[in-house]
Amino acid sequence: MTLVADRDYRIPSGCSIMGIMDESGKPMSGEGIVRGMSYMRERGNGLGGGFAAYGIYPGLAQYYAFHLLFEDQEARRQVEKRLRRFFEIVRAEPIPTRYTVEITAAPLLWRYFLEVKSLPEGVEEEELVVMEVCEINTTVEGAFVISSGKNMGVFKGVGYPEDIGRFYRLEEYQAYIWTGHGRFPTNSVAWWGGAHPFGLLDWSVVHNGEISSYGANRRFLEHYGYHCSLFTDTEVITYIFDLLVRKHGLSVDLASRIIAPRLWRENDVLPNDERDLNEALRVVYAGALLNGPFSVIVARQGLMIGLNDRVKLRPMVAARDGDRLYLSSEEAPIRILCRLPREVWSAEAGQPIIGCLKPDAAVA
Amino acid sequence: MRINAEFLDYRRLNGKVREALNQGENSIEVDGVNGHRYLAAALSADHAAIRVKGVPGNDLACFLGAGIRVEVLENCQDGAANTMGDGKVVIRGSAGDITGYAMRGGKLFVGGDVGYRAGIHMKAYRDSVPVIVVGGNTGSYLGEYMAGGIIIVLGLGNGFAPRVGTYLGTGMHGGAIYLRGNIDPAVLGEAADIKTMEDEDWVVLRRELRDYCEELDLDFETLANAEYTKVAALSRRPYGSFYAY
Repeated sequence: MTLVADRDYRIPSGCSIMGIMDESGKPMSGEGIVRGMSYMRERGNGLGGGFAAYGIYPGLAQYYAFHLLFEDQEARRQVEKRLRRFFEIVRAEPIPTRYTVEITAAPLLWRYFLEVKSLPEGVEEEELVVMEVCEINTTVEGAFVISSGKNMGVFKGVGYPEDIGRFYRLEEYQAYIWTGHGRFPTNSVAWWGGAHPFGLLDWSVVHNGEISSYGANRRFLEHYGYHCSLFTDTEVITYIFDLLVRKHGLSVDLASRIIAPRLWRENDVLPNDERDLNEALRVVYAGALLNGPFSVIVARQGLMIGLNDRVKLRPMVAARDGDRLYLSSEEAPIRILCRLPREVWSAEAGQPIIGCLKPDAAVA
Repeated sequence: MRINAEFLDYRRLNGKVREALNQGENSIEVDGVNGHRYLAAALSADHAAIRVKGVPGNDLACFLGAGIRVEVLENCQDGAANTMGDGKVVIRGSAGDITGYAMRGGKLFVGGDVGYRAGIHMKAYRDSVPVIVVGGNTGSYLGEYMAGGIIIVLGLGNGFAPRVGTYLGTGMHGGAIYLRGNIDPAVLGEAADIKTMEDEDWVVLRRELRDYCEELDLDFETLANAEYTKVAALSRRPYGSFYAY
């Protein structure tokens, strides 16, 4: 594949992010997160908004749910033809939207529920999905896969998040994890596929800030076969989590120590085994360290993680109340959904805040 | 006078507060506040009080001028008292990152904790000396690049010293930070140093503690009799030879 010059894919931004998880798996309508995000309107500029939702397709949970953007019907035909090589299309339908004055120039929005019918020699199912998503996004003109996980989906576009939420009728969906993003792109062209969340398999990432180590991270990831490129730093975050947690089986805690490690000086004063562990992780996974100012919310089925950069250059507030975990760039959106949470605190640099589905939860 | 902010955006809310002050109102209660930015920005008056119910948005009381007392009953978001010039801000809950950013004067009292980089770029000029008192703990980089003014951290509820993270006073070249109890020198950033508490330090400290205790209903004697550590600049020009290689 062709490499694009670094100057063409940097997207520094001052965005709003939010995540809500019910750890007991209890479903919540999308109305809450859309309302919460509207309280951070000032952080975005209407050039990108989006949401990820988990647990929304319970009746179709065994199928990969592909959300797609098409510029025209020809792109749709091309993609469907392509998908049929390895997948059975169990269901195909337009994603329901409503007419709103704020959202204009929407592409064709479709979703497909897919079952793998045959695997190429030596390829595992999840690898096939990743390969197909990359192929469609890089080779089919006018088509773009925005999410590809089971029982989850990404809804995004160009507009303010609350308008995008209304456009996609998110109040009609029930999810136990919602994440949201309002975008403030400063030097890249806004387009529907480039809004956040970024999704691959059941991972989704919303992100405020910029990853200045992008080049080093990308080179590191290429050694592990991650070639597909959207030219955004958000994609790199997703791949690093996918590599560390899904492929290498590391805990979120260990992954966080790799992604946002303590400064050497802080590490040196830790007890010996802690210090040595951190040092070993940094040596082995040097290329997975994310540098630059960021706050990010990463989610996958059963899991939601909030993480800040190593010196806390972007905001994040967290709250817990009952089974609910809230993460947000600001406190106000949390308070509008939960007036007096049991606990409200400010995230610490490099320390992950983790929401996990309880073992006895109904979904999973 | 009471203003309900619930159905107002921040521009209209700030307009109403300003209008009320201009009409001579000297006691304003704003309720239903949630994420409204720049509340009380750049206001000044002969003598007026603004009470805020709810969680105000970023940059509360930024550029605040003389004669205004802003009281927040709950938490605050980031950047409270940004470039505040005079007056007084009392936050009963906790405040976010960069609280007191580039403060130039006046007093900021926080009952709970503050986030990262509180008091960054604070500075004093002649008799305009900004003061921040934090009842709880602070995030790292407290008083980063501090050029003047006073920061006091009490760590109430901890028993001993406050938790102040690391890189305390990184790049500071003026002003003073007083911490209740003893701190580990390992938390100091480059350019900051532990200094002996002199008589004039106690005068300043007691004066501010008395005011803080009155505002937050705390026992002055207990706090005044505690031990304190002073942190100040190692030199007035920590980076004087930074580029002189």
